[in-house]
Amino acid sequence: MLIAQHDKTRAQIRDLVAKHGCQRNALIPILQDIRDKNGQISDFAMQTVAAQLGIEPSEVYGVVTFYSFLSEKPRGRFVIRLCRTISCDMAGKEEVARQLENDLGICFGETTRDGRFSLEWANCMGVCDQGPALLVNERLYTRVTPEKVSEILDSIQCPA
Amino acid sequence: MIQESIRNQITFSRIPPGEGLQAGLQLTPQALIDVVRDSGIRGRGGAGFPTGLKWGFAASAPGDKKYVICNADEGEPGTFKDRVILSNWADLVFEGMTLAGYAIGADEGILYLRGEYAFLREELEKCLAERRGQGLLGAAAGGKDGFAFDIHIHMGSGAYVCGEETALIEALEGRRGEARNRPPFPASSGYLGKPTVVNNVETFAWIAAILQRGAAWFKGIGTEKSRGPKLFSISGDVEKPGVYEFPMGITVAGLLQETGGNGAKAVQIGGASGQCVPADHFDRAIAYEDVATGGSIIVFGPQRSMLDVAENFLEFFEEESCGQCTPCRIGNTKLLEGVRLLKQGECSAQYLKELCQLAETMQVASKCGLGQSSPNAFLSIVKHFRKEIFSRDAAAA
Repeated sequence: MLIAQHDKTRAQIRDLVAKHGCQRNALIPILQDIRDKNGQISDFAMQTVAAQLGIEPSEVYGVVTFYSFLSEKPRGRFVIRLCRTISCDMAGKEEVARQLENDLGICFGETTRDGRFSLEWANCMGVCDQGPALLVNERLYTRVTPEKVSEILDSIQCPA
Repeated sequence: MIQESIRNQITFSRIPPGEGLQAGLQLTPQALIDVVRDSGIRGRGGAGFPTGLKWGFAASAPGDKKYVICNADEGEPGTFKDRVILSNWADLVFEGMTLAGYAIGADEGILYLRGEYAFLREELEKCLAERRGQGLLGAAAGGKDGFAFDIHIHMGSGAYVCGEETALIEALEGRRGEARNRPPFPASSGYLGKPTVVNNVETFAWIAAILQRGAAWFKGIGTEKSRGPKLFSISGDVEKPGVYEFPMGITVAGLLQETGGNGAKAVQIGGASGQCVPADHFDRAIAYEDVATGGSIIVFGPQRSMLDVAENFLEFFEEESCGQCTPCRIGNTKLLEGVRLLKQGECSAQYLKELCQLAETMQVASKCGLGQSSPNAFLSIVKHFRKEIFSRDAAAA
């Protein structure tokens, strides 16, 4: 099972290197694609990328852990990021945060047991005039209120 | 899902796409740089470096390969005008980038788009494909023989510090977004060691406008040291938050009047890294020579606690500091702890003084703009709201 998974990861990374190249500047696009396909960037994936690019695995680890949109830890299929910066804070992000935690049954930084949702804080997302704002993967929701939270979660679970 | 909140007339909507590019490509590269220099435009991202000068350096730097980078890593708290520009006037941005390529002799442009704006990518790619189809990008870009130029998009991965141009270049090269020592400046040694121009989204759009309307038009607006119009992102306690265009040099009071921010107790100008201006200084001008900003304006109503504001900003910096230099890495942590002490009513005047000294040390000793500017809000809040921050006691916290 593990070997099959490793073979799959290896093949995937070979394809990504073919797509982005094997120069150092291909590293982040490769990691972004691995994240989009798998949700996390595993130790094995980091080692494989390093070997393909001819750099140390620690270099890859350093990059993965630097950026908040790359993660070595498993993340849910839907990553919910709530903006906590000043304008969204003043617009009431704290109430939205509590409701997200209540409705998902997890705290910030955690993933639901079914692997569906991860809940994270984000810094300023650039929609300060329409806060509180949150991203679900790449989709943006603005002027979120506590009562809208369950609506948003429902719409994710049953896409229209 | 996202509604645009463009609140007044923005010049970009009156600039017919294509005209600025054609006008620029009819000039020699040097003459084009001269127009940019004559307009007096300075970088719209906030640092305010004269754009014509930057382009001149990159043009004269030796090298057969050069790059143009558009900094769309709009991460400064309170700013969102670049998102609005990219949503509405992407053609002007790409025109400005193409003009920069022509001016400095680059054949490759990169739009570094922050990860949070991934939802913009599809439309931007479509726009680029259309431009290729129209011959505005590619070989003989814009119909100019011998000028090849194309643009691709590189996604950011969530790191505020990458808005700093050398950190952005590190990220493009596949590394941690840690700022470089300068010099060398990117104009002589930037992406992959090649001469590189890095400009903000808004700067590129204004360049297209300047080429269409002329340097004199741009120069005729604003103040002597801060020429031209500017886009502002207004949020916080105002009636009409959103994106506005105002001439550089508008006073804080004038801006509050236009946006419905009357009764404000303070205005944060320049985002978390900017200054907090109290009500009795609202006659100050928003310009490079007075209170500078990349366009972020956050208004605080009378009910707001300035310590809460300082705490929110320092939480932001503590997390976003890349950690490579000590003043920024440790300094922001200590300032944040200090603000929390103040909130609990447990900070002595002596310790506050030491924190202010630490903040000043950070301003001079940090390696990049992040650490150099992160204490600004703290220092201005301590200076202007001393009475408020000392009136806290443990019971109130």
